[in-house]
Amino acid sequence: MRAGFLPRFEPRGQPSLALSIASPVIALLLTALLAAVLFVALGKDPWRGLSVFFIEPLSGWRPASEVLLKATPLVLCALGLSLCYRSNIWNVGAEGQFLLGAIAAGGMALWLGGPQGALGGLAAGDGPLAALAGRPLQLPLVLLAGVAGGAAWAAITALLRDRCNANEILVSLMLVYVAQQLLSYLVFGPWKDPKGFNFPQTPTFDPSTWLPPLMAGTRLHWGFVLALIAVPLFWFALFRSWRGFQLDVSGQAPAAARYAGFSARRALWTALLVSGGMAGLAGAMEVAGPLRQLTPHVSTGYGFTAIIVAFVGRLHPVGILLAGILLSMMLIGGEYAQSRLGLPGALTGVFQGSMLFMLLACDTLVRSRVRWPWARRLAP
Amino acid sequence: MPRLQLEGITRHYPGVKANDGIDLTVAAGEIHAVLGENGAGKSTLMKIIHGSVRPDAGTVRWNGEAVQLASPAMAQALGISMVYQHFSLFETLSVAENVWLGLPRGESLASVARRIEAMGASYDLAVDPRRPLHALSVGERQRVEIIRALLGAPKLLILDEPTSVLAPQAIEGLFATLRRLASEGCSILYVSHKLDEIRALCDRCTVLRGGRVTGEVVPARETPGSLSRLMIGTEPPPLTRIAVQPGPVALSVHALSLPDETVHGTALDQVSLALRTGEILGIAGVSGNGQQALLACLSGERVIGPGGDRAAVRLFGNPVGGLGPRERRALGLHFVPEERLGRGAVPALGLDRNTLLTRTEGIGRVGQLKPRAMHALAARLIERFDVRAGGPGSAASSLSGGNLQKFIVGREIDAEPKVLVVAQPTWGVDVGAAAVIRAELLALRARGAAVLVVSEDLDELFLLCDRLQVIARGRLSPARPISETSPAQVGEWMSGLWPGAGNEGAAVATADGTR
Repeated sequence: MRAGFLPRFEPRGQPSLALSIASPVIALLLTALLAAVLFVALGKDPWRGLSVFFIEPLSGWRPASEVLLKATPLVLCALGLSLCYRSNIWNVGAEGQFLLGAIAAGGMALWLGGPQGALGGLAAGDGPLAALAGRPLQLPLVLLAGVAGGAAWAAITALLRDRCNANEILVSLMLVYVAQQLLSYLVFGPWKDPKGFNFPQTPTFDPSTWLPPLMAGTRLHWGFVLALIAVPLFWFALFRSWRGFQLDVSGQAPAAARYAGFSARRALWTALLVSGGMAGLAGAMEVAGPLRQLTPHVSTGYGFTAIIVAFVGRLHPVGILLAGILLSMMLIGGEYAQSRLGLPGALTGVFQGSMLFMLLACDTLVRSRVRWPWARRLAP
Repeated sequence: MPRLQLEGITRHYPGVKANDGIDLTVAAGEIHAVLGENGAGKSTLMKIIHGSVRPDAGTVRWNGEAVQLASPAMAQALGISMVYQHFSLFETLSVAENVWLGLPRGESLASVARRIEAMGASYDLAVDPRRPLHALSVGERQRVEIIRALLGAPKLLILDEPTSVLAPQAIEGLFATLRRLASEGCSILYVSHKLDEIRALCDRCTVLRGGRVTGEVVPARETPGSLSRLMIGTEPPPLTRIAVQPGPVALSVHALSLPDETVHGTALDQVSLALRTGEILGIAGVSGNGQQALLACLSGERVIGPGGDRAAVRLFGNPVGGLGPRERRALGLHFVPEERLGRGAVPALGLDRNTLLTRTEGIGRVGQLKPRAMHALAARLIERFDVRAGGPGSAASSLSGGNLQKFIVGREIDAEPKVLVVAQPTWGVDVGAAAVIRAELLALRARGAAVLVVSEDLDELFLLCDRLQVIARGRLSPARPISETSPAQVGEWMSGLWPGAGNEGAAVATADGTR
């Protein structure tokens, strides 16, 4: 309470729009600066290091397609999360919902394509239902299963918060670890490929359930197009729909939502089901697209990175698209840094963390001015 | 030598000059009023004197010596204490513990309790130091705040709108205490916008408008009209009431009882009222006596569950106790809550989007929003109710309290409700805006609507209402026509003492700070 040595923060009043858009850009520059310092400390050429992270991932179609490939799940998860965070519901378990989406989609793909699957024979082309159960329906069924899986996982969080008033941050986070264990159990146990040399993995899915590639010779698939379509849809839902307005109000001013008669329970369920469904869809597309089988390493932390994407993107769909591509570049840059510069893989995590930290710092400084305790003594 | 002297105090906030070259002098033992409407810069000035805000320019002299007030602790050390309008006390602690927390370390709790009792006895501020705070009425809490300030033996005591939470009798008690303090040499800065109080209590008065001093006067020699001119530049226009024949009962509550939602709130106990069309019914009472619960039950924010008596609340004869706010609004009942920012309006959203809280003009057939329709509605409200705002897109938080209140009241009145329930229509609102709001409420009544006004401001209730009821400790008094009652009687009733069933027992544990 005394003057002390800590600075005080005073609100600046209305923060300027330009600055609040500039703040992620400044955060990015500061992160790059920090990265350069780190490279020097590690005995590497800082220009080379920075170019590995920010230029090489975009040099040519092949690396760029990988950036977009990894951006796809990030953008899908982050879009759903932005809905939650705008409703003041702190779902941090997109990773778990992603995994459940992958599990459900994988299960569906195995069931549809497997020899003992109910539709297995039909899909192969013998039987009266072949046309119906053929390729045009298989992929949608796989993706829908993923949406349902992710939404169901998020529904556990919604139910516990609704019925028992449990904290959604803890519940959704803990369910991530449950989901990981469930996935491991399945690929080490009942779903393990009998012909897989005892590796923890399922058989490769039937090609009819694959997500077709967007460009020949790359792994980029149609999921990226879906993510691009989702961006304007979410923009409309957030800013131009009555339902989205209700969510926004219940997040910003719960008393105003009660006064208006907007149901807080409905906001909770809507936000969690939609974000769970989006994460589940991302999981489904990851297994139906590049992976084509389930392994214990389906996700490389997309659900967690998506939290950073959502905030760096200012919880705005267009911002999330850009932030998703940026964070994806950092993921790929991290891989390059390992293979080409011999740097530790943890570097990506360091950069992601410092990016979020810098952004929060920039936001604080945009909203408030700092009063240093010694400034008074310097003043006349 | 004056005890406190301010010279040319200036303080900017982004976009506003809250204080602009303010001079103020307070002598020892003087009760000095600072008068001004909301937004005139009173609060900023008091924060500067109390050390929680530093001025951009100007000098503060304490007993003739220039001082830099860097923190409230520093002001406290000089002998400056402040009693805030909104108390900073802990509900779960006892009176003595609350006071003890604010004192320098080293004194035992028992000795603090003894000093509280002694202070209470000598200044007529009796309060039991062992009682938990949540069992105290608002008036008693204020005494705790004042005792806490007095234990530091202040040379200057600042009180910010101290009577806004008190019943008339309690105000008299407070004034006696303050006069006593002043006679012992303690200077008092009394911040208020209530002209009568200032004329009754204060030796001198500094009037602020728009961050500048517009006059320094001896209030006893002024009239309410002349003070009002200094404060707002004009006198408010008189209200016109036309005679309206009340119609059938529009909104009724019958024997409604409610359990406590929180441990510390006051529930409702057998509350009944009947509001007719073409009349304004007032509910008087000191805040915290069940108004919140009653209003939530009327607006639908608190729905009576399937186990309760849903027919206890009726709208035009139909039971509505189980309906939410939107369903009741569709039946013609609109509500203006007490809190503007965060409840009546979403602070960060524009006025256009804030129309969507209670209006449907901006919602399309398939659930899409219609920006142009929202914009047009907000523009119409701004025009019709003289809301000073940047435009329909301005954030609600950028408006002053009075202008936002005009917008919210306007939004509900513009919907032409059959029943309007209003909480504290002009609380914290400047005189000009208050006049606009009151005139609109009377006009709505003249158009045949039923209006229920819940207010702490007795003057306002006597200006507006046809009939009055009083709420105290969750119970509602019988209704009295305005012509058959008086502020004195209503003030008495505010402590729960009205003639009628079962009140004799309640008389001991009454509502608030009457002695």
